[in-house]
Amino acid sequence: MSGRIARLVVALALALLAGTAPAGEIPTAERRSGYELMGRETRAMQDDDTANPGMLGVLEGEAAWARKSGAAGRACADCHGDARASMKGVAARYPAFDAALKRPVNLEQRINLCRTERQQAPALAYESRELLALTAFVARQSRGVPIDVAADARTQPFLDAGRAAFYRRQGQLNLACNQCHDENWGKRLAGNPIPQAHPTGYPVYRLEWQSLGSLQRRLRGCLTGIRAEPYEYGAPELVDLELFLMWRARGMAMETPAVRP
Amino acid sequence: MDRDDASRRAFLQAAAAGLGFALIRVVPVHATPAAMDGAIRKVVGSSTISKGRVTLELPPLSENGNTVPLTVSVESPMTQAEHVRAIHIFTELNPQPDVVSFRFGPRAGRARVSTRIRLANTQTVTAIGELSDGSFWSTSANVVVTLAACLEDA
Amino acid sequence: MANALVNVPPRARRGDIIEIKTLISHPMETGYRRSQLGATIPRDIIRLFVCTYNGTEVFRAELHPAIAANPFIVFSTVATESGTLAFQWTGDNGFSASESAAITVD
Repeated sequence: MSGRIARLVVALALALLAGTAPAGEIPTAERRSGYELMGRETRAMQDDDTANPGMLGVLEGEAAWARKSGAAGRACADCHGDARASMKGVAARYPAFDAALKRPVNLEQRINLCRTERQQAPALAYESRELLALTAFVARQSRGVPIDVAADARTQPFLDAGRAAFYRRQGQLNLACNQCHDENWGKRLAGNPIPQAHPTGYPVYRLEWQSLGSLQRRLRGCLTGIRAEPYEYGAPELVDLELFLMWRARGMAMETPAVRP
Repeated sequence: MDRDDASRRAFLQAAAAGLGFALIRVVPVHATPAAMDGAIRKVVGSSTISKGRVTLELPPLSENGNTVPLTVSVESPMTQAEHVRAIHIFTELNPQPDVVSFRFGPRAGRARVSTRIRLANTQTVTAIGELSDGSFWSTSANVVVTLAACLEDA
Repeated sequence: MANALVNVPPRARRGDIIEIKTLISHPMETGYRRSQLGATIPRDIIRLFVCTYNGTEVFRAELHPAIAANPFIVFSTVATESGTLAFQWTGDNGFSASESAAITVD
């Protein structure tokens, strides 16, 4: 474990010797999904719906969509009908501003708001199988849709907070997200190519996890990797960062459920 | 385990019992190429294993050892008279050498299977094809396995 | 709660070799992992996958912990007659799951 961190530090120290000022965003035309950095076989796993392990979660979500829940005895389908129509484009717009909470919420939080307020059912735990399945099913309906989160007067402060977090050095390794994902994408870190970090395919089936997982799980994993204290699931700091990452990926097509190493 | 090992073990256990200690069995974290040979012998018996006829498709570089796509096939007419009975996959450095055994008959049409395996580290994967005439054929492929750069706490 | 995805062509000509894809949700816990407190997480895997075609076994796979989580198996069979392809997975801790698919063979 410490050997790996040592290699990480050395690799990055060498990469950063040239300068300490952040080099700036990736030009829009040069943005690439992590899909393009993967090997042929992993891409094939994602491309085939009959072989994509994330589709198991989507199928479970489809069943959950139709299942009556909570004291109100309602299923998602009772209000939203056929998800193929009603949920198309939804995930591409999240995180989205919630007027009651006066801040953006991510898709998982939106689903839980529906559960607690409309279905009178208990909220599903973050990273629980059922929440991942429902989120994957809803997000799957946006596959191919360009990401389009709102950057307006209401969301701007949260977008700015997310941007500040992306460029801020943190953790014992004192690294900022942009140092890997803007400045060193495509280069290898301990054998794996560093992606540009566009959240086009969440919830994603990550081979490392051997299961579906949310963007927040990935962010917490990165924070742990740079030896920073990871925020709790659902923390506003994580949602702000999700909002910024989705804005940074605006126009790129959703791929849920993506497969990633 | 051959007879010498078994009797040596029995002696050690008896001696340990005599001394009042329990003999603790240490399970190796990695199998060895010798363990793989033993596992292959269990399947093949004393028959010779010839090289060829089996095609093993594995990525030369795997992005994550948790899920490595594998396709294995054996050329055969797959008739009642001449077909592939089974294909067995082994690894040399995983904690245990057996990976999977696929069993076919003439109704398979083709002796070709795809699956996803786990590889604990860079190593050689061996496929053994068992034919209806009792012959055994093998091929191997090497896979470089990279580990994730940052591990999250579970 | 087993969850499986099987892909069988709904129609085929007699004598065609058809490809069948199967994917089932299962952690395939190897028995070699340790929890954060150092305790070994016990093995929990699917050990056997069997495909029968109108009741006759046409394919079987004996799985060990080195098969990746959410086992994916693609194999072929000859389309001999119309009927049902049945799939059965069994494993540790009494795990048992089954799926079936109909096929029309002209």
